[in-house]
Amino acid sequence: MFQIVKPGINIDFIRLRKIAFVFSAALILGGIASLLIRGGPNYGIDFTGGLMLHIGVDSDVQTSDIREAIADLDVGDIAVQQFEAQDGEFLLRVPTVDVNVGGGTPALIKDRLRERFADRGFDELRTEIVGPRVGKELRRRGILSVLFATLAMGLYIAVRFELRFGIGAGLALLHDVLITIGALSLFNVEVNLSVVAALLTVVGYSVNDTVVVSDRIRENMLRNQGAKLAALINSSINETLSRTLLTTGTSLLVLFVLFAFGGGVIHSFAFTLIVGLSAGTYSSIFIASPVVEMWGERQAAN
Amino acid sequence: MNSNLAWRLGTVLTVVIMCGLFLVPNFDDELPEWWGSILPTEPINLGLDLQGGIHMVLEVDTNKAVENSTDVLAEQLRRDLREEEIATRAWTREGRGDISFELVSQSRADELEKYITDYLPELEQVSKDGRDYRYTVVELHRENIRQFAIDQALETIRNRVDEFGVAEPTIQRTGNNGILVQLPGIQDPERAKRLIGKTAQLELRLIAPSDSSPGAVTLPGENTDPTTGLSAEISYSVESTVLLTGEVITDARHRPGQFGDSPYVEFVLDSRGARIFERVTAEAVGRQLAIVLDGRVQSAPVIRERIGGGRVVIEGGFTLDEARDLAIVLRAGALPAPVTIAEERTVGPSLGQDSIDAGLRSFSYGGVLVIIFMMFYYRVAGVVADLGLIINVLVLMGILSAFQATLTLPGIAGIVLTLGMAVDANVLINERIREELRGGQTARPAIESGYNRALPAILDSNLTTFLAGLVLFQFGSGPIKGFALTLCIGIGSTIFSAVFASRVMHDLLLSRSRSQTLSI
Repeated sequence: MFQIVKPGINIDFIRLRKIAFVFSAALILGGIASLLIRGGPNYGIDFTGGLMLHIGVDSDVQTSDIREAIADLDVGDIAVQQFEAQDGEFLLRVPTVDVNVGGGTPALIKDRLRERFADRGFDELRTEIVGPRVGKELRRRGILSVLFATLAMGLYIAVRFELRFGIGAGLALLHDVLITIGALSLFNVEVNLSVVAALLTVVGYSVNDTVVVSDRIRENMLRNQGAKLAALINSSINETLSRTLLTTGTSLLVLFVLFAFGGGVIHSFAFTLIVGLSAGTYSSIFIASPVVEMWGERQAAN
Repeated sequence: MNSNLAWRLGTVLTVVIMCGLFLVPNFDDELPEWWGSILPTEPINLGLDLQGGIHMVLEVDTNKAVENSTDVLAEQLRRDLREEEIATRAWTREGRGDISFELVSQSRADELEKYITDYLPELEQVSKDGRDYRYTVVELHRENIRQFAIDQALETIRNRVDEFGVAEPTIQRTGNNGILVQLPGIQDPERAKRLIGKTAQLELRLIAPSDSSPGAVTLPGENTDPTTGLSAEISYSVESTVLLTGEVITDARHRPGQFGDSPYVEFVLDSRGARIFERVTAEAVGRQLAIVLDGRVQSAPVIRERIGGGRVVIEGGFTLDEARDLAIVLRAGALPAPVTIAEERTVGPSLGQDSIDAGLRSFSYGGVLVIIFMMFYYRVAGVVADLGLIINVLVLMGILSAFQATLTLPGIAGIVLTLGMAVDANVLINERIREELRGGQTARPAIESGYNRALPAILDSNLTTFLAGLVLFQFGSGPIKGFALTLCIGIGSTIFSAVFASRVMHDLLLSRSRSQTLSI
């Protein structure tokens, strides 16, 4: 029988909570600092509005060749960058775009590129245009949906278990979302619609682990009435530890596969889930359960 | 085998076979005829991000439509008043929907006001200052104009797309004044967009005798030198009177140019248009006729003789594609107002195929890794979990196929993620069974209590992910909805396969073997 965690293991997680809190606080503060320095999240055109062109050319074409080809076009600032470090794929971004159907900025840029790079494998991969009003609306809905989902999770746990479990789960969730957003900023990952989708999945999935641990705590509380809460919580975390690590393991396994083989379009999505799920597993052990214990002690003291 | 187990096994087999049948259309396009009467015949839809194509939300500039209609109303009123012999002057449109004019003789004031109240209820008096009048188009009528403009734009775009020839386009209203256009599998997106977005307001006017002629309007255009073939941007002075508009066109065809000339477009006028055209050309022999398209002079041929029969030719150095597209828009009619892009997501065919390949690759690699891991870690119980995983994917895909759901790239990611998360339920159960076995239980009761005691945690944890999926479904559009959908269906299929189907397999194994040990 293979076991990643030996039965009867007994790590004192509650005692480790101070170190864990400091560690988490450092991660979150690091993320916030990065956000402040960069002046907010790196919103993609989904949320700022504008034009994004994703083009393919022969792999020997350099960023400077693209810049040079479009330098004299009078369409405002065009940012050119390589796409996900892949040779021969570039992203061109224009913050404001005139929105004529057919013609206008996108057609001007594409016509020019096609003319210059026709014999060097020019291929239109993606065109995305988001009008300013739509961008604002998508941003509003994105933020609202993450808030709403977080609240729904906290409420669900509070109703399904007890208030203190709900508070623990809610704080853990907030922790996971903050760490993920911070990591997105630190690694300068563009926040687009699929990143928000990943963030919402993190919200749903990170509660998953917390639920399993809380479920075990409740079960042990019923079985050993009168035992010390800290001890109960510790044994519950230990008992579910191998499950927690295993399922996070398989989920992370497929996510790394997605990141490596799923193509550049899915990169930021997979990245967000990898960070979020890792944070979620960590927080269900080191944040959610200790909070339940601290809340319990406070009530006992009152 | 007891009857309870037989019944459960039957359920699992039925579901698996049903889902297998739902998937058949994805692999076989030649289905027997009876198939369609009981089973779905269409394969899973691929989203635009996978098959390539244009997704656009267009907005009709309804303000412009109100302005245009106000101009038409003003023109009508002016004509009517002339017929009633009520003299007016200084007509202007103020703002979007206001008309102002001056009555020449104060004595006709009552008559004028009565006429407008009786015959033009769309207009409402805003102010009267001596003989200066100002009327406005009432809000109710403006709203009618706006709605009509959107419907008409939708109809026009649909006609153009139909003529262009796109397989299974989606063209429908969305939101307040939006039109959703989805064109799958388009090879040249910019050309399709040009075709859709062209306002295509055609006007025939005479070129003014001189630049300083009264009422002359200057319009941009191109002049192609017939000998060198070079074209230069010039401006034309045209008369303000519009002789004919595109509304009188009944048909338009592109023609290949002869003797090295570039292709041209020929259009046919209806009988009223043909009569007017014949009269106008007869009166203006020797002068130039300007063919104006969306405010640009396309060509300005000299009228050599009276032209009967109502056939008009537009030249302008077109390529064959341009001539063909112009013929389409002239046939399909003009847009009532300009349209703009609120949102566009276009994926080229090559990236779509790349995404499908990458999606399949990560699906198979991820699946194989998880299956090997479970077998390695849980032995026979791992094989049971793996079979459950295969049933899970089969059910998930079967349901997607049966409901004709649209598979997107994030949707595939959702399926891959389901592979990783689905084993969670099996892990919860197997870890419980191991605990029970360590506690000294024998195989049968260990499995029994393992399943029972893991169930609340499985339901709770899946329900939270399901909730997040629902929020996502509300929030998301297009591809994101595809992800939310596979995530939510995946949770359903996971509970079926991991809790129900794998339990059946465990019980089946136990009922077959006499041994009381468990390979887990």
